Amino acid sequence: MEAKNVIELKNIEKEYFGNKVLKGVNMTVKKGEIHALVGENGAGKSTLMNIIFGMPVIHSTGGYNGEIFFDGEAVEIKTPKDAMDLGIGMVHQEFMLLPGFTITENIKLNREITKHNPVSRFLGPALKSLDIPAMRKDAQDALKNLGMNVDDWLPIAGLPVGYMQFVEIAREIDKKNIKLLVFDEPTAVLAESEAEKLLDAMKKLADKGIAILFITHRLDEVLSVADNITVLRDGEQVGQIKREDATIAKIAQMMVGRKVERIEREVRTSEEKQDIIMSIRNLSVDMPGEMVHNVDLDIKRGEILGIGGLAGQGKIGIANGIMGLYNATGEVIMNGKKLKLNDPRESIKNGLAFVSEDRRGVGLLLDNSIELNIVMTSMQIQNKFLKPFLGLKFLQMQDHKAIRAWAEKMIKDLDIRCTGPTQYTRRLSGGNQQKVCIARALTLEPELLFVSEPTRGIDIGAKKLVLDLLVKLNQELGMTIVMTSSELGELRSICDRIAIVYNGTVQGILSPKDSDVDFGLMMAGKYDLLSKEVM
Amino acid sequence: MKNLWNKCIERYGYPKVYITIFLALLLIIAIIQKQSIPDLLIDSLIRIGMNSILVLAMVPGIISGTGLNFALSIGILCGILAGCIAIEMKLVGLTAFIVAVLINIPLAAVAGYFYGLLLNRVKGDEMTVGTYMGFSMVSLMSIGWLVLPFKNPDMVWAIGGRGLRVTITLVDKYDKVLDHLIPFKLFGRNLPIGTLLFFAICCFLMWLFLRSKTGAAMIAAGDNQKFAEASGINVNKQRMIGVIISMILGGIGIIVYAQSYGFFQLYQGPLMMPFVAISAILIGGASAKKASIGNVISGLILFQALLTISLPVINKMMPEGNLSEVIRIIVSNGVILYALTRMGGNE
Repeated sequence: MEAKNVIELKNIEKEYFGNKVLKGVNMTVKKGEIHALVGENGAGKSTLMNIIFGMPVIHSTGGYNGEIFFDGEAVEIKTPKDAMDLGIGMVHQEFMLLPGFTITENIKLNREITKHNPVSRFLGPALKSLDIPAMRKDAQDALKNLGMNVDDWLPIAGLPVGYMQFVEIAREIDKKNIKLLVFDEPTAVLAESEAEKLLDAMKKLADKGIAILFITHRLDEVLSVADNITVLRDGEQVGQIKREDATIAKIAQMMVGRKVERIEREVRTSEEKQDIIMSIRNLSVDMPGEMVHNVDLDIKRGEILGIGGLAGQGKIGIANGIMGLYNATGEVIMNGKKLKLNDPRESIKNGLAFVSEDRRGVGLLLDNSIELNIVMTSMQIQNKFLKPFLGLKFLQMQDHKAIRAWAEKMIKDLDIRCTGPTQYTRRLSGGNQQKVCIARALTLEPELLFVSEPTRGIDIGAKKLVLDLLVKLNQELGMTIVMTSSELGELRSICDRIAIVYNGTVQGILSPKDSDVDFGLMMAGKYDLLSKEVM
Repeated sequence: MKNLWNKCIERYGYPKVYITIFLALLLIIAIIQKQSIPDLLIDSLIRIGMNSILVLAMVPGIISGTGLNFALSIGILCGILAGCIAIEMKLVGLTAFIVAVLINIPLAAVAGYFYGLLLNRVKGDEMTVGTYMGFSMVSLMSIGWLVLPFKNPDMVWAIGGRGLRVTITLVDKYDKVLDHLIPFKLFGRNLPIGTLLFFAICCFLMWLFLRSKTGAAMIAAGDNQKFAEASGINVNKQRMIGVIISMILGGIGIIVYAQSYGFFQLYQGPLMMPFVAISAILIGGASAKKASIGNVISGLILFQALLTISLPVINKMMPEGNLSEVIRIIVSNGVILYALTRMGGNE
């Protein structure tokens, strides 16, 4: 007999400000089934989860289309509380635990077992006292169900990360009505042994009849626990396969595969260019969430090098480390000279420039004019756009005529849409802000330009303009460009070579023409697996 | 009509518009009460000149990213000390004023340096820390005024001959040297042209400074610390420069204030002075992150005119001695409170 459907999604669609992020997703999860949901960053996984869990962000941006059936009944989940009442539990990627409370208290938070005491009989149930033994018993049961053996009266602060994850799960399964558990990349922060334990726990839960929806991009985990696999790509449901039919290569290809349009230029073959402008050896960068460990990478003069990989794997950290924004160790040799690390001034002086991924946080002076934004770095470091005051050398004043002329030229060259060079950058659209950042980097006349996530958060038209601009700079000025991006398609459209970063190190360098399978495997850290299979 | 109102709000922000309306209302009442309007206006002008540099002192602090300088009293203390030293040296007239300003500069710079060191350790909490730092220094200097070896009989307590008096008069010393520097009479009253001119010069220098290379670095450090670091700007150094300039201006500000007012007020005198300056610049449309010379000037005019005009008007409305004093305190502190709620800007 077929097991009952716990949740059924029919033709779910979601738009964010005219940008379709989910294009008709259908999915069912049965009782006791582990269903894996895989996809690249931005494929729509989180959005789907937010819809299932009724997160306010969905409804504040216009809701969704499509139908959700829970236990065979059409439901409308408007708030997380609705979801919880239905029996949907969520294990978050970031822990939502109170560090000063004990494990039991965290598990039972807001669902405490209480008993009457003399005061509460008079003054109402709000003053009931906690039935701590009963709470502890429940907590221990929940932990035992997960195969965890830990004192439930320990405070959360100081527990290993893996344990925190288990406490979070224990809290969900302690809810008596739980029918569906959503795991949002639960293994991202865990060590391998912890992750295995977690997967075992998931299987146990599934055996008890709880349906599990499992989001991850670790493909081997998917294969080891999931019964069914749904792959999303750019908001589209690319396919659904059973575990028996799935291989890592197949999933990888489904995840990545897309039409790659190369814009207006050919890949230059690597033999042509052997002149190395920068060689990076043993670079480690201590950037929270984007740790880099012992990266070795050579950048050739005149190329566009792409750095790709999934979020949190460290691709962002490389450029930030070289530019001195986060603490870095290792050796970076530029034009045969060793570059002093951890000193942004030194990096800029040596002909590097950086367009940060954090446009509003690092890239812009939001409450100052476009012109000041464009010339600031160059003025401070290269002493351009300055003139002495009354002939006194030590009194350097800004040369407003030169600044205005340059800003106007940049606005025209890069087609920055604004009311004029004195407009505040806060008022510009994302794409135009990005152009201001690029203009600032260009003002430094760099030999080597680092660009991180140049198209994040800007609309499609502006995306193409920014990419075209990078290609133009590379071709016309011979500027070497290192572009870091989460969007593989974008990297494959303009780069000469693409380095894929996984787990803080460079997994390998691919040509943009390499197959989707190669990219998918490398991004999942399973590239060596393929070569073994081939042998 | 509604359109005009919206335009005004958009252009000048709520605080300025409301305060202007309130001010106009007070003036109308003053006319009905048959008060001497020219006198009220000239009094306002004198008070504007008196407080001008103190308000200007807020600008470098805000621009360098340390927020409103609630510890301006430290600079004020340096200024009073310098003013007293000038009196101790038995100087009079403009010389005394200039010497006081010159002595103030190194004193305030050193104080600003140490205060800057502190601020660079408490990023994000500058304003709270600053308030209490200012309070502590005022209390500490209360001991200082008692034990400092001043000898001039005009300043020390008549009985005992040790310790400075609570108020030190500047009559026969440098009372009104700037106010009366350029004699100009209107309705039989002296206008403080000299003080206003001095303020204009200071504003111009500040304007020039903000257009220098260092000024640009300071603007960057104040607007976005991460941006500044990524551009190779030493953020701590810029904050330090901002604090030092603010303190020096605070010191000069109190000397200008004293020459116009006629007295130095020691001990608890400087305690609440930063709040008055802060309110003025906030009403002028500045926020804890952004300020301009224009904010200083418009804020000064609105705030000081309001304080000056409200007092006689309320006095006339409630002649029962005490009550008008109570109302005056409510109005002036009310304006300060209103200004502080506007700290985040004009949203």
